[in-house]
Amino acid sequence: MRRLGWLNLPLWLTYAFLYLPIMVLVVMSFNASKTPFTWTGFSTRWYVELVHDDLIRQGFINTMIVAIGATVFATILGTLLAIGLNRYFRSALLEAYALTPAIIPDLALAIGLLAFFALVGVTLGLHTVLLAHVVFGMAFVAAVVLARLGHTDPSLEEASRDLGAGPVSTFLRITVPSLMPAIIAGALLVFTLSLDEFVIAFFTDGPSTPTLPIVIYSMVRFGVTPEINALAALLLLVSFTIVIAAQRITRLTDSL
Amino acid sequence: MTVPLLIIASYTVFTRGRFGGVQAEFTIDNFTKALEPIYLSVLGNSLLIAGITTALALLLGYPTAYAIAQLPSRWRTVALVLVVLPFWSNFLIRTYAWIVLLNSEGPLNSLLVNLGVVGAPLDLLYNRGAVVVGLLYAYLPLMILPVYASIERLDPELREAARNLGAGRARTFLDVTLPLTLPGTMIGAIFVFVPSMGNFIVPELLGGGKTEMVGNLIRDQFLTARNWPFGAVLALSVVAFLVILFAIQSAVGRRINGGRSHA
Repeated sequence: MRRLGWLNLPLWLTYAFLYLPIMVLVVMSFNASKTPFTWTGFSTRWYVELVHDDLIRQGFINTMIVAIGATVFATILGTLLAIGLNRYFRSALLEAYALTPAIIPDLALAIGLLAFFALVGVTLGLHTVLLAHVVFGMAFVAAVVLARLGHTDPSLEEASRDLGAGPVSTFLRITVPSLMPAIIAGALLVFTLSLDEFVIAFFTDGPSTPTLPIVIYSMVRFGVTPEINALAALLLLVSFTIVIAAQRITRLTDSL
Repeated sequence: MTVPLLIIASYTVFTRGRFGGVQAEFTIDNFTKALEPIYLSVLGNSLLIAGITTALALLLGYPTAYAIAQLPSRWRTVALVLVVLPFWSNFLIRTYAWIVLLNSEGPLNSLLVNLGVVGAPLDLLYNRGAVVVGLLYAYLPLMILPVYASIERLDPELREAARNLGAGRARTFLDVTLPLTLPGTMIGAIFVFVPSMGNFIVPELLGGGKTEMVGNLIRDQFLTARNWPFGAVLALSVVAFLVILFAIQSAVGRRINGGRSHA
């Protein structure tokens, strides 16, 4: 393969393209200057100001409420959806249909949910964002769990039933543990997606409870401050940690 | 999940309410309105920008995926994780990074000025080019992954056979590798094209409000102009694009797989 060394050129180009902006952002977050673009010296002052920003703190709390809530509900419902689809309706069409929220443009889903909430007459707020995130999160969990269900052995469940276990006990002791890696992977997926989700939250959130991405959006839009650089660097760190942890966990549970 | 989409579908034939919202009066005005020149030009603009983004993603993404597939297997996972990793960070942050990078006082411009390449800082931000770069940055991994999957699944014996039968490297690539990876490549193209069309954040933040795309128009119909039925027509047209493109993709996929004796 050494003869094909020039083939790696696009690879390096891609990595440069993908990581250069991120690195610039991280470097700039330690900039002492008041304008977020020109470098004057090293400082951590923006991280300090970040911690004391009430708007960002409230946004962070809102985001965590939505992300944790959406993860719990979407994981339970998505897993049940996948098991139900796998057991009772083995139809490719229905499967594709249940997974549409994962493929459809988020803008279409966002306005659909907004229209739905308006029709039902609920006031918009964190609860509507939570519900909206459960809708798309469920589809992602179901997709991951369905993929795993394709590899599980149904005779394990049958054996459990033959040995006298009831349906509930079989479900909790055989079905769920055998799907655990997929369930954990799905849950982490929903959590990460919900944490960063902007478009759907933007349409379904009320005015007094902005999530963190909405706070960032208004910060970026109306006046750029170096604080955003610091926030961006922190968020990058959080996202990357979760993704790498997710990789480790799925690999660990897969080998069980 | 279905209910919201059905509501959107039904809104397309209704009249807008006097104070926003929707009145249940049948009309096809929303469809004819979408064909007015102003909106057609927005649609054309979106198609152009999404098209250029997809073409660039293909030019950069295909060779990258190919290069990853040729790596020794222990490096492949690392290479793929490195491609996907930025994708998991906040979308707004990733877009914002380009505002910092391309700004007239930003690092790229100061580098160019200090090197003497240009006399004065260039206007890199707030134009179509910046929008394309932002979209490409956002969706490039969505091109690389499906292409990589289809190259990796390719039977290496097919390429060896072509080489043994006397085909050169270029010929083997054009006649064997490229057609067989076409379905995966098309999936990648759809994954880049459709969200590029519907995106309203990148045009707003990097286009400086000068470049309007369908996504911005839909957002405005729902949040400022309050013409929900018209917004619904626009949104469904984006979804229709997605469905049509997927139909073409699966037809091509069937033709290519149908020509092979093994699955």
